Amino acid sequence: MASSEQLRPVGGMGAGTTEARVAHVRERANWMRRRLLGMIVDAGQGHPGGDLSATDIVASLYFDILRIDPSNASAPERDRFVMSKGHCTGALYAALAGAGFFAEAELDTYLKPLSRLNGHPNRTYLPGVETNTGPLGHGFPVGVGIAVAGQIDGSEYRVFVLTGDGELQEGSMWEAAMFAGHRGLGKLTVIVDRNRLQQGAGTEDTNQLEPLGDKWRAFGWDVVEVDGHDPAALLAAFDDTAAPRDRPRCIIANTIKGKGVSFMENQAGWHHGVPNAAQYAQALAELSA
Amino acid sequence: MSASSSAPGLFDCRDAYVRAVRELAEADPRIVAVVNDSVGSSKLGAFRERFPDRLINVGIAEQNMVGVGAGLANGGKIPFVSGAGCFLTARAMEQIKVDCAYSQANVKLCGISSGVAYGELGATHHSIEDVAWLRAIDKLTVIVPADPWQTAEAIKAAAAFDGPVYIKVSRMPVPELARADSTFAIGRAETLREGGDLAIIANGTLVHHALAAADALAAEGIAVRVVNIATVAPIDEAALAAAAATGAIVTAEEGLSRGGLGGAVAEYCARHAPVPMRMVGFPGFAPTGSAPWLMEHFGLNAAGIAGAARELLDAKAGR
Repeated sequence: MASSEQLRPVGGMGAGTTEARVAHVRERANWMRRRLLGMIVDAGQGHPGGDLSATDIVASLYFDILRIDPSNASAPERDRFVMSKGHCTGALYAALAGAGFFAEAELDTYLKPLSRLNGHPNRTYLPGVETNTGPLGHGFPVGVGIAVAGQIDGSEYRVFVLTGDGELQEGSMWEAAMFAGHRGLGKLTVIVDRNRLQQGAGTEDTNQLEPLGDKWRAFGWDVVEVDGHDPAALLAAFDDTAAPRDRPRCIIANTIKGKGVSFMENQAGWHHGVPNAAQYAQALAELSA
Repeated sequence: MSASSSAPGLFDCRDAYVRAVRELAEADPRIVAVVNDSVGSSKLGAFRERFPDRLINVGIAEQNMVGVGAGLANGGKIPFVSGAGCFLTARAMEQIKVDCAYSQANVKLCGISSGVAYGELGATHHSIEDVAWLRAIDKLTVIVPADPWQTAEAIKAAAAFDGPVYIKVSRMPVPELARADSTFAIGRAETLREGGDLAIIANGTLVHHALAAADALAAEGIAVRVVNIATVAPIDEAALAAAAATGAIVTAEEGLSRGGLGGAVAEYCARHAPVPMRMVGFPGFAPTGSAPWLMEHFGLNAAGIAGAARELLDAKAGR
């Protein structure tokens, strides 16, 4: 069992000046973008659009907020992160490797036969994964259950669940939202990766989510809306000590699918898709600029 | 509900289930119960009074119930997730597959009032497919206890076992079986009677009927081996080999034979020891009717099992 001293944000962040924290998250997010695009190019498949929209959120958590110990991935008092949008493993695996759950070189095995880096995360063989996800609508109820366990025990750990916005069309998400609101799970934070695109079209053209904040509020949640690509805003929303303690919090993170690569941004076609050599070179150049 | 009242000497296995869960909870703070508004039908009212913080009622939401169960396991709890077998297994099938089995979450799923206990309510409320579809899920232990003692033992064994388990809990009145060996282990079959002419393999509410059928057949000079295979997955292959050595097998279960215990035994026999078989179980959606009527109607009783055995032996002898 890890002592609470071992459970701290990876890289020693989570403290210090806002400027230093933001700079660190930005640097890590940029590294994640470059790395996950390389993984997708190498594998010949992946979900770059959603990986890139989620990157700044995941980087803010893994490289600043989460109190975790990669050398003891199942420490009982660790903070939990659940990737409910389980197809975005490019971002998740890059963050897990960057945080030290496994060697960075293993990222090169992404989607290869027998790799631990499956298309969707598997906790039974990859440290740092809390629950297997992939089919949408699964991670959030599990995250609620973790928060209920913590509530019963009076534990200090926090639970963070990242959902896609299209994922909110699954009924199980609203079963979980209703119950979390009912239980007043103050240690639970859901981040909605609000890129407004699902696999084939816009969320609002497919099955309208708006007024999204009102929906969460009606289910008993504290709701804040932030720019999901602004680490300062994300860290402030995660840190917010003034947030109500008797309610779960929903952070609607407004994002851009494909963020950081100009030709991918806001293009539904890059939900899944693999850059060719020229596109990959251009993407890396843009991310280096 | 017609199936819930118990005649003298007959027991509702839900009572053994709640007693066992409560005893476990007294000794281990990790034990919690998760229900879908099913406190009453799961008979967990007393548990809730004793452990108000450890009874988690998610309301009428089975997908969330099973997901929350997996989350509680992640948080160090040993959740007994209990609901009517029909809804628990069918509505939350993907949660059982992904959140419990594929994730290897330490969740104990209890299908209450399973089989055709809700007779008159019809096929929506019957849970006769549960074993067939859960047996298809890898790394999920499936147990169908035969009587109150075995129900309690299965609950205790499941709590001690690290991994997902499904337990089919009956409310159909059954007698307590007489047995020489009073130890229970997950994955180990129980040979209740030795005999070399034919084997009856049963589980759940059909085991006592299998013993009665064996009595009737003994009076005709037929020596029957009776095997209770409570753990359908993983199945006890040594017990199946011994049963197949008799040269004829009848299976009996309160569920679909197709894919159920009958299917499991047939898979083994086809691979390792082909022997003629008969399967006593439901052929498909059952009509309305009280639970006892349905059992009678489909021959899920001693007469039905004995009839299947005679037919099998006749066919084998070319009669």
